[in-house]
Amino acid sequence: MSAGHHADTKEHGHADHGVDHGTLRGYLTGFGLSVVLTAIPFWLVMSNALGNQMASAIAIMAFAVVQIVVHMVFFLHMNTRSESGWTMMALIFTLILVVIALTGSLWVMYHLNINMMPGHDMSQMP
Amino acid sequence: MDLAHDVSDDTIFHLEDDHGHAESGSSTMLGFWIYLMSDCLIFAMLFAVYGVLGGNYAAGPAPKDLFDLPLVALNTTMLLLSSITYGFAILEMAKGRVRSMQMWLVITGLFGLAFLGIELYEFAHLIHEGATPQRSGFLSSFFTLVGTHGLHVTFGLVWLVVLMVQVSRHGLIAANQRRLMCLSMFWHFLDVIWIGVFTFVYLMGMLR
Repeated sequence: MSAGHHADTKEHGHADHGVDHGTLRGYLTGFGLSVVLTAIPFWLVMSNALGNQMASAIAIMAFAVVQIVVHMVFFLHMNTRSESGWTMMALIFTLILVVIALTGSLWVMYHLNINMMPGHDMSQMP
Repeated sequence: MDLAHDVSDDTIFHLEDDHGHAESGSSTMLGFWIYLMSDCLIFAMLFAVYGVLGGNYAAGPAPKDLFDLPLVALNTTMLLLSSITYGFAILEMAKGRVRSMQMWLVITGLFGLAFLGIELYEFAHLIHEGATPQRSGFLSSFFTLVGTHGLHVTFGLVWLVVLMVQVSRHGLIAANQRRLMCLSMFWHFLDVIWIGVFTFVYLMGMLR
């Protein structure tokens, strides 16, 4: 039991010292992917290839999400192992807060705008 | 008796281990990551403000009248190139080649400067056309969001120059390597934020 424990701690120490610098292959893959993922949404909007604003909007948002993931993995070296998973935990927590703040703000303010439209008879309100 | 001995052995080992952690500064990366996450929240709030106010033109210019997509594409290219060149600098740092690392850092700085120059040119152009931050809710939130990102890039460049001086004076000591890794995270993080900016502000603005 004692030996197993020692081996664990050693491995842990090694992981801490070996900071993930990435590889040339990783950076080039990430760069290639992000060039493609940037070029396509710009082309979609500039040429109006889809001919439909809603479809274009959804497509470019999807490309943005994929590109953010690509940057996180290839440039920021995100994984579930670094710092015993705490970076991933912090990221997930932040994403939850971001989603709550963004959807909450947009949802509430959208309905506020609709209810404050001229033509809405406010004199009938209690 | 044997068990008690085992436990005390382990305790001493962990204490020494913890001590080593504090000295090597290996928790810096996690701490810096948490700072980046808090910065991410600032940008999320600014995106939310832009999402709410972005359609309030106050009879002023709309995104379609103002934005120049080829210029934004050029800007995006500059930031993307600076990201990959910083990656090359980190690879050279891992190999211990100081000179070529410094060269890649200079190239990264030049791309960063090009990005800032193009952004300031765009801002100057907008203000010259009367599209100032005071003009409408859309423009206030636009300048706040994009300006905050630009300010981050500016401070990233200051940090980059400071680190280049540090490395030239003290070499690639452990502390400098740690600082370069922190700036690496900061720089790539700004690129991630820019993906959000060009998608939600510029591209979506042209679709509206």
